[in-house]
Amino acid sequence: MTLVREVYETLVEFVRTFGAFILFFVELLVHTPRAVFGRFRLIVAQVHNTGTLSLVIILVCGLFVGAVLGLQGFANLQRFNAEDTVGTFAAFALVKELGPVITALLFAGRAGTALASEIGLMKATDQLSAMEMMAVNPVSRVVVPRFIGGCISVPFLTAGFSAIGLFGAYLVAVVLLGVDVGAFWQQMQQTLSIKDVEEGIVKSILFGGAASLIAVWEGYNCIPTAEGVGRATTRTVVITAIVVLVVDFMVTATYL
Amino acid sequence: MSKSSDNLIEIRDLDYSRGSRPIFRGLNVTIRRGEVTAVMGPSGTGKTTLLRLITRQLLPDNGVVLVDGVDIGTLSQTELYRMRQRFGMLFQNGALLTDLSVFENVAFPLREHTRLTNRLIRHVVLTKLHAVGLRGAADMMPRELSGGMARRVALARAMVMDPEILIYDEPFVGLDPISMGVIVRLVRRMNDALGISSILVSHDVQEISTVADCSYLISDGKVAASGSPQELHTATSDLVRQFMHGMADGPVAFHYDAPDYEEQLLGRDAD
Repeated sequence: MTLVREVYETLVEFVRTFGAFILFFVELLVHTPRAVFGRFRLIVAQVHNTGTLSLVIILVCGLFVGAVLGLQGFANLQRFNAEDTVGTFAAFALVKELGPVITALLFAGRAGTALASEIGLMKATDQLSAMEMMAVNPVSRVVVPRFIGGCISVPFLTAGFSAIGLFGAYLVAVVLLGVDVGAFWQQMQQTLSIKDVEEGIVKSILFGGAASLIAVWEGYNCIPTAEGVGRATTRTVVITAIVVLVVDFMVTATYL
Repeated sequence: MSKSSDNLIEIRDLDYSRGSRPIFRGLNVTIRRGEVTAVMGPSGTGKTTLLRLITRQLLPDNGVVLVDGVDIGTLSQTELYRMRQRFGMLFQNGALLTDLSVFENVAFPLREHTRLTNRLIRHVVLTKLHAVGLRGAADMMPRELSGGMARRVALARAMVMDPEILIYDEPFVGLDPISMGVIVRLVRRMNDALGISSILVSHDVQEISTVADCSYLISDGKVAASGSPQELHTATSDLVRQFMHGMADGPVAFHYDAPDYEEQLLGRDAD
């Protein structure tokens, strides 16, 4: 009986949390127009916080991921005398998969945790309650600009990651390993279609929305203690990683 | 003015529990217009919770909170926000917005709710900061302030919209004697000069006595005593005497409920 009761209570808790999450998302959408037109500066500040400040980690990681793709691609494709297609291999991997996925995971680790902990600490120090008491809706003033900032940042960060990744692959394959520069770029240009780029863009938009939404949700609904804020930041990374990989599979399956 | 309109806030038969622990059981409190009303009580008795119920940051399990005759529990969010613009609240820890400077913290409600020019906002904010003695700290960030300074900035922010009702949650904690004296006088002076009403939660019996018109002593989820500070000082009730004179022995136990001390120290559980 205890087991049945525990399963029942877990189920009820899950449904309650899911319902609250949907209501939170709806409230967020309702306040979005006002934030876009009335709090534009806050959104710009959040694009800087989540985007510009993530740029270094994204570019450094992108460069080395591209370099590894160049190395691995060259080493394996050489066995089939197809080393000239290393550019195509790197471009497919970066634009369709690694760019959006790794950017979203890095974003969750750098900016998502910052968003969750910042909002959580604002809650723990009564800043959100103070806003409520000043008749200012914290969702509109705090949550929405951060959410939109994250949604805008991730696609651009993804583009940066993929671009610098291709440059990393070029450095390794062409400059270091001697693949023909013309073949490297031409093969890539001929094989990669607009639909492949579109797939990467769609993924980056979805991942940006998911990562930002999870971060602001976790921060806004954390237990307002040091432990609660810590748990919210951890959950942000873990849940984002799972959601990103699941959504990646679904989008990939849709585009095949 | 009729008797009913003298009552700005009325709390009637209010019940509130946190989890399975009851905080208030049938609480009745009346806040009169134009007065400084103090709410006192032992730690953990729910004084801050009462303020959150008055401002509908929390909803009661039973009973009503009437503000100017309006049941605050029935208001829509828009109506509630309109009502809250009549309130100013000083939080226990100040609750300053950490990403804004002292000036911008005080200017925050003005920027959100008015269309005043920057020049006018600057005048209003500097006036309020001057009143709390922190005009010189306008460009500082909240992280650079001491606890007492932060609370004074929060007080300036609470009064920047010239509210009808000012709520202070432990305003005297962490203030040095000079600041405390200034703030006590400021609370009284603002209340009288601006014709507002003030609700003040504090443990500081001495300071309350100098500033409050009416005091409520809350214990065990109910009003244990009420009246002017002088009436509470001369009350014969054991509980009121214990609290007002800071006595260790009396109906309010210093120790939280616990098993027998000797048994706990020497018993088997000790291993």
